[in-house]
Amino acid sequence: MSARDEILGRVRRALADADRSSPPVSRDYRVTPPDGADLVALFVERVTDYRATAVVVPDADVSAAVEAALAGRRPIVPDGLPWPVDGLADTGQAAAELDAVDAVVTGAALGIAETGTLVLDHGPGQGRRALSLVPDVHVCIVRADQLVYGVPQAVALLDPARPLTWVSGPSATSDIELDRVEGVHGPRTLHVVVADSFRA
Amino acid sequence: MTGTFVGMPAFPTAARDALADSQLRGNLARATGTIRAKRAAAVAEVPEWEALRAAGAAIKDDVLLHLEDYLVQLEASLTASGATVHWARDAAEACAIVAAVAKAHDADEVVKVKSMATQEIGLNEALAEAGIAAWETDLAELIVQLGDDLPSHILVPAIHRNRAEVREIFQRAMGTAGRPAPDGLTDEPAELAAAAREHLREKFLRAKVAVSGANFAVADSGTLVVVESEGNGRMCLTLPEVLVSVVGIEKVVPTWADLDVFLQLLPRSSTGERMNPYTSTWTGVTPGDGPQEVHVVLLDNGRTRALADQVGRQALRCIRCSACLNVCPVYSRTGGHAYGSVYPGPIGAILNPLLRGVGVDDQVDSLPYASSLCGACYDVCPVAIDIPSVLVELRSQVVDAHRGGLPGGEAAAMSAASWVFGRARRLAAAERVSGLTGRLATRLARRLPGPASAWTDARDLPTPPRESFRAWWRRTGGGGDA
Amino acid sequence: MRVALMVTCINDALFPERGRAVVRLLRRLGCEVEFPQGQTCCGQPMINSGYVDQAVPPLRAFVSAFEGYDAVVAPSGSCVGSARHQHALVARRSGDASLVQRVAEVSPKVYELSEFLVDVLGVTDVGAYFPHRVTYHPTCHSLRMLGVGDRPLALLRAVRGIELVELPAADECCGFGGTFAVKNADTSVAMGSDKAHHVRSTGAEVLVAGDSSCLMHIGGLLSRQRSGVRVLHLAEVLAATEKVSV
Repeated sequence: MSARDEILGRVRRALADADRSSPPVSRDYRVTPPDGADLVALFVERVTDYRATAVVVPDADVSAAVEAALAGRRPIVPDGLPWPVDGLADTGQAAAELDAVDAVVTGAALGIAETGTLVLDHGPGQGRRALSLVPDVHVCIVRADQLVYGVPQAVALLDPARPLTWVSGPSATSDIELDRVEGVHGPRTLHVVVADSFRA
Repeated sequence: MTGTFVGMPAFPTAARDALADSQLRGNLARATGTIRAKRAAAVAEVPEWEALRAAGAAIKDDVLLHLEDYLVQLEASLTASGATVHWARDAAEACAIVAAVAKAHDADEVVKVKSMATQEIGLNEALAEAGIAAWETDLAELIVQLGDDLPSHILVPAIHRNRAEVREIFQRAMGTAGRPAPDGLTDEPAELAAAAREHLREKFLRAKVAVSGANFAVADSGTLVVVESEGNGRMCLTLPEVLVSVVGIEKVVPTWADLDVFLQLLPRSSTGERMNPYTSTWTGVTPGDGPQEVHVVLLDNGRTRALADQVGRQALRCIRCSACLNVCPVYSRTGGHAYGSVYPGPIGAILNPLLRGVGVDDQVDSLPYASSLCGACYDVCPVAIDIPSVLVELRSQVVDAHRGGLPGGEAAAMSAASWVFGRARRLAAAERVSGLTGRLATRLARRLPGPASAWTDARDLPTPPRESFRAWWRRTGGGGDA
Repeated sequence: MRVALMVTCINDALFPERGRAVVRLLRRLGCEVEFPQGQTCCGQPMINSGYVDQAVPPLRAFVSAFEGYDAVVAPSGSCVGSARHQHALVARRSGDASLVQRVAEVSPKVYELSEFLVDVLGVTDVGAYFPHRVTYHPTCHSLRMLGVGDRPLALLRAVRGIELVELPAADECCGFGGTFAVKNADTSVAMGSDKAHHVRSTGAEVLVAGDSSCLMHIGGLLSRQRSGVRVLHLAEVLAATEKVSV
C-alpha cells in the first residue's frame, strides 16, 4: 500500500467513532475597524516601534524622500516602480551579485496599520523576492490608499497565488536571552516612505 | 552533529539535575520572565482576543475532524501549482525522501529553516548518514548545532544558554563549520547576531537545496506559510533552486481567509510582537522567482495515533507558539531538556505520549505527571488546548497501560483510598487511626523514612489534630463552640 | 436556603479548625449550615493520578451526601473545581446513567467559599476583625479553574484592622499539585521555595489562601525555614472577630 493510502486510511480509522459535526467557525474576531481611524498615523507609529524609520510625504516628494533614505547608496530598482528612482536595473543578478548591492527600493502591495506591516506580492515595482532580501538596506514605498486597518482586511485583499513577503520592521532576533536585537539575515535597515497626496 | 534525546531518564530524575544547575535556573528565569510580560502586553492590546482564540480552535477542530478531505484537497492544490507532493508514514520515510531529493541534485549540503517537524524526525542525523551536511540557519538552532547541544525550547531552542556561553560556542565552533567567528567577538547580542550573519551568508549564497517546515498549509490554495524573524527563512525559501518542506499533516488550514486568525494569534503568543518581522507564503513554483523545484512531504509520524485519541486529539491544534512553555512554572525551572524531546513544556508533556503512545517507554510515561495542573498553559494557549484535562486523561492511560500483574504501591494506595472514601464510616475509622499515628510520627521525627521522605525532606508536616472535623460535629452535634 | 458544608477530606482529617471557622462564619451571616455525614472526598486525588475508576465510589458518596441542598459550600477552590469540572467525566466513565444525571444536578450548586459569600449571600464585608499584616496567595484552581477573580481579595479588604500587602508573582503555582508534590518532589519544592521567598519578601505575618492543600505545602516550607510566618485559611481570617481570634 502506498504511504498516501496508508496515512489516509489511518486518518479514517482514527475518526471512525468521532462526532464529526463541527460547529461553524464564528468570525466575531473580524471587528469593524474603529471609525475615523487615522491609518497613516497608526501605521507610522507601529512601523517605528520596530525601529524602522517612516516618513509621510506628498506624492511629488517621494523620490526626494527615497534619496534621503538611501544616503548616497546606489540601490537596485525593480521594473515598474511608479516613482523615478535612480539605480541599477534588475537584470536577473545572481544572489552573490545582489550581495554586492547596498540597497533596494521597492513598492508594496499594501500596508497593515495595526501591526506596522508591509506586504509585498512581488508584482511590478516590487521585484522578485531576492531583490528585497539580499541587499542590506530596504527602502519601501507604500501609498496611503494602500493601507488597511488590520490583518483580516489584508488577508482578504491578497492573492495567495502570488508569493508574498510580509515585512514588519528590519530583520530581528530574540534568540539570545530573549533580548530583541535588530539585524540578522534580512535587511538590517528598513526605511518606509508613505506617499500621501492628501497630506501635502 | 547534534545529539539526540534517546535514552533520557524519566522526568523527575532529569529535572533534579536541571534544578541543581543554578546557571540554567538563572538563564531560564530571566528569559521566560521577559517573554511572559511581552506576550501579556501584546495580547492585552487586542480586545477580540478571546474571539480569535475560539476561531483558532474551531478552525483547527474542523480540520482535524475532516482531515482526509483537507489533505486530499491540499495535495491537489499543491500539485496544480507545480509542487511535488510526497507522503511519509514515519520519520525514516520522511528523511529518506529529503535525502533522495538532495542526492538527485548532487547536493552534499542543505540549508535549513528552523522547523519542529524536521527536528522531530531527526533529519539532520539522517542526512549526515547519507553524506549530506544540514546547516541550521536560525540563530538559536545554530547555537545548538555548533554547541553539539540539544534544543530546549520550541521557539528559542538555545534559551538555556546565556550570551557568554553563546560567545564561547561561536568562538570555538564556527571555524569548524565554515567562516570562523570574528576576532574580538564580545557577548553583545547584536555582535553575536552579526557573527551569525557573516558565518551563514556564504552558505545561503551557494546552497542548491533548502529544507523547511511550514507553520500552515492552506488546503484551498496550496499555499505554505513560514513565520520567522531573522530572514534566514526568506534566504532558504528564496535563493536555492530546490525547496523541500516537511509538513505535519495537522498543519492544514482550510482556506486562505483562515490565515487572518493565525497570523494574529501566532506572533502575539509566540514572541509577544504585533507581527513577526517576516512571513513568507508561497504557492508551488513561481516562474522566475524563487525555487523552481518545490517538494512537500506530508508527515504522519504518530499524528494519526494522536488523532484517534478523543480527548488528546485537541493537541493537534497546536501552532507551536511556545506560550505554554514560557508561563509554565515547571518548565521555567527545569528547562526543556528534562522533557527528553524536541517538544518540551506542557505541550510536550501531552504531545509526546500522544504521538508515541503510552506504556512502552518509562520516560514518555513520566511526562503526563510533569505538571502541577496549575492551568496557566490553558489560559495562554492561542488555540485553547485544555492541556490540564489532556494530562489527566493521559495519566489514566498510563495507569491503564500498567494494569495487569501485581499492583504497585500507588495502585494499591489508590484502591485503598477509593474503598475508604466510598463510605464515610470507613473514613471516620481511618481518621482515628491516622490521627493517632500521625501525631506520634510528627512528634518523633520531622523527617520521615520511605516514600514519605519525598515530602518531609524539605517540608514539615502538619501535626494531625486530636479530633477530626467529623468527630467534632458528631460529638457536639455541630453546635457548641464552633 | 438549605446549605451544606463540604468540609473536604484534608480539612476533615488535618485542619478541622478550618471547617469550624466556615461554620462560625456562615452562622454569623445567618445561614443554617448542615454537615452531611456521608461525605468523604471529592475524588480528585484519584482522578488526577489517573485512577478514574477508583474515583467512582467517592463520587457516589459525594452525590448521596449533597443532593437536595440549595447550595454546597467548600473552603477549597480545588475540590470545588473537581466537583464542577471533573465529576461529570467520572460519572460518564462509570457508565451509570443515573449517576450522570445526579452529578448534573449537584455540580452547579457547589460553591467555593468566596463565591458563595460574594455571589450567593451578596456580602463582601463579613464583619471580620484581624489586625495583622497579611498577604494572599490566589490558588491555581480558584484562579484559573473557577475564575473566582478578586472575590477573596474583596473580602479581605473589608476586614477591619487588616494590613493587606501584595504578594509578588502571586498567580504563579506554589508547586503542590497533589501527587506532583511527591512524584516530582524536587520540582515541587523548587516552586514552593520561590513562593515562600516571595511570601517572606512581603514582611507579612500571615499568608492566607483558599486551599488547605497549597497552604500545607507552602506552610511546610515556611515552617522548615523557621520563617515565623503563619499560614491561615481565608475562612479563618473571615471568621475572626474582636471576640474570637485565631
